[in-house]
Amino acid sequence: MKGMTIIVKKTTQLIAGMIFMYGIYIIVHGHLTPGGGFAGGVIVAGSFILVTLAYGGDFLKLVKEESGTTIIESLATIMVILIATAGFLFGTRVFFNNFLPKGVVGQLVSAGVLPLYNIFVGTEVAASIFIIFLSLIIFKEESPK
Amino acid sequence: MIAYIMCFILFLVGLYGVITRRNLVKIAVSLSIMEISTFLFFALIGYVDGGVAPIVDPADPVKVYVDPLPQALVLTAIVIGLATTAMLMAIIIRLYRKYKTFDIREIKNLRG
Amino acid sequence: MNPLIPLFVVTPLAGAFLIMIIGRFIKEFNKYFTSLILLFLVIISFYSLFTTGENLSVYKVGGWEPINKIPIGIYMVMDGFTVIIVCIINLIGFLSAFYSISYIKRYTAENYFYALFCLMVAGMNGVVLSGDLFNIFVFLEISVISSYALVAFGVEKNELEASFKYQVLGTLASFLILFGIGFIYWKTKTLNIADIKLAFSSGYDKTYYLFVQILILSGFGLKAAIIPFHAWLPDAHSSAPSPISAMLSGVLIKAVGIYVIIRLFFNMFIVSEGMAVLITTLGTLSMVIGVFLAIGQWDIKRLLAYHSISQMGYVIMSVGIGMILVSRGIKPEVAALAISGGIFHLINHAAFKGLLFLNAGAIEYTIGTRDLREMGGLSKSMPATSATSFVASMSISGIPPFNGFFSKLIIIIAAIMAKFYLLAALAVIVSIITLASFLKFQRYAFFNKTDDKKNQQIKEVPFPMVFSMVVLSIICLLLSLLVIPGIRDAILTPAIDILTDPLKYSSTIIGQ
Repeated sequence: MKGMTIIVKKTTQLIAGMIFMYGIYIIVHGHLTPGGGFAGGVIVAGSFILVTLAYGGDFLKLVKEESGTTIIESLATIMVILIATAGFLFGTRVFFNNFLPKGVVGQLVSAGVLPLYNIFVGTEVAASIFIIFLSLIIFKEESPK
Repeated sequence: MIAYIMCFILFLVGLYGVITRRNLVKIAVSLSIMEISTFLFFALIGYVDGGVAPIVDPADPVKVYVDPLPQALVLTAIVIGLATTAMLMAIIIRLYRKYKTFDIREIKNLRG
Repeated sequence: MNPLIPLFVVTPLAGAFLIMIIGRFIKEFNKYFTSLILLFLVIISFYSLFTTGENLSVYKVGGWEPINKIPIGIYMVMDGFTVIIVCIINLIGFLSAFYSISYIKRYTAENYFYALFCLMVAGMNGVVLSGDLFNIFVFLEISVISSYALVAFGVEKNELEASFKYQVLGTLASFLILFGIGFIYWKTKTLNIADIKLAFSSGYDKTYYLFVQILILSGFGLKAAIIPFHAWLPDAHSSAPSPISAMLSGVLIKAVGIYVIIRLFFNMFIVSEGMAVLITTLGTLSMVIGVFLAIGQWDIKRLLAYHSISQMGYVIMSVGIGMILVSRGIKPEVAALAISGGIFHLINHAAFKGLLFLNAGAIEYTIGTRDLREMGGLSKSMPATSATSFVASMSISGIPPFNGFFSKLIIIIAAIMAKFYLLAALAVIVSIITLASFLKFQRYAFFNKTDDKKNQQIKEVPFPMVFSMVVLSIICLLLSLLVIPGIRDAILTPAIDILTDPLKYSSTIIGQ
């Protein structure tokens, strides 16, 4: 896939980082404000998609990126399941149990395991949306002209 | 009440599209319209007159909040809708590769 | 709280993603790991079958206890009816996964196949165990989205077309279901099935109630392929790889279609006579039209797929008869008999239809065609396939002493005792046509003489495939034992009690 013009590349350089940081902000504050894992994850994936569209990349690079992202996605899902199982092992022996101290309402580090879930769900969503995008592009690239 | 009826009409518009359109991509778009109408319906049933966003404010405990549950349901349903649409698009691209057309009348290998 | 309940969902879910990671680095890992996971699930499901009995255990996810007897968390429920379906899902799932070890070698991307397989099993277990409406929807989507991908796994013309049809109709059904759930939540302000039942029993608006019932019935009817909604089934079930066809036809349409219809119409809605008559009519139509569509088929898997519609018609008709009697409040023992016949046939159908699709896969594996006219004389070269498919064919056509005979007999007796003579006669006629259709299958595939030179090279399929088929045919024989009163009381009666008693389900769950 070919990249785009120098203007698009330069603009992307300027704003992609900000979009990424905004996504991270939404994910981390998921238990305090509207948003959370899914909304933030989509924004993070948006920044990756923007960079890929602007700069392009040859076929092999895209395939390599896709397989790496798949591993990150699966690891994030397994982490969510592991946290749920940790709730089973500690505390009252129930899956998805909130076993950490809940803290003060309104602070960043509060609400027990909820921020952890948000972070891993955010990673998972970002990775999976990026995978959908990459696989469609790879499919287009490998097609006979 | 009118909002509920509009939402149901939107659902029927989507259904009409699924039944009458011949183009694969247009069928997928019609399905998305149906999806959106359902989400709209869920957002409507959670609405409470004069309610605010359901974020607990410790200073003022007697505020009226809108029902947060349908919003959570819509968020989950949007994720599912995303998966369905992505899957449908992937299949459509592959179908185009094999048949060289988007016309559903020419895709009829399976009969009887 | 029974700590085993969430394991049915969590184990295959974790397994699917582990396969995606570890399967990339270790080549043979995926196939044995999948079989191992499903073997574990089979063991715990049978353990639950023998320990559940009359009990009804509730698992509150996250430990959210009810406040003032109003449930606020997600409930997972295991009772006599659930545990039967869970056993079927995991048993057929294990045998299909074991069968796939040698069958799936001709496809690329085995990792994705096994990961999707595990996801599908996780989704189906979730649908069956879930105690609230929205989770039924979520798990249903998990299982059907993975089945869309599995139907298209061959990525050839036919597979893609079938998958597209399946997806359009399946997505339509999903939104009908979601709309129905929205309507229910609008009036009752709860999603827990037991709580909704209590809300409905305290009075409801009649038009609204009918509208919701129609939405839910058409949504899940599309998933279950009852006759006006059957268009996708023959394409999807015949195009998928054979182990997946066995899963789709043997388990998926039951777990996400029939099971949910039975559960919701008995335990969530108040059983009404009009709806019961509608369900019985749809069931009878499926039974009759399905078999007539099946006779003319020459493609083995299409023939079997049409028979799935017909056999599901038996189940729905029989349960519908029970529903009519329950709504009228007369002859409770006949109602129980009809429902038990339906559930018994459901179990049997999973066993013999799974086996028949595995047989079809074995034939396709060795001679590479699915057309009945191009095969013949396979009984000498493939003895195991031939024998097991004979058992399955006799079971599905209702020949004693195989399991299909007893369940059909119970259904017919129940129909006669309920004074539905026409339905009983139709059931007998359909059974005879089924027998004719399967005699054709046997004759053309296994006994017809063709030139011997071609048949010399054909060999029996590898061990994992033979193993799965033989185990399933033994299960076909063993299931006949369910007709013996002692065993029936232990396994089928708890399921029927929970369905026929109008308030037992909801009051037990709300009480806990």
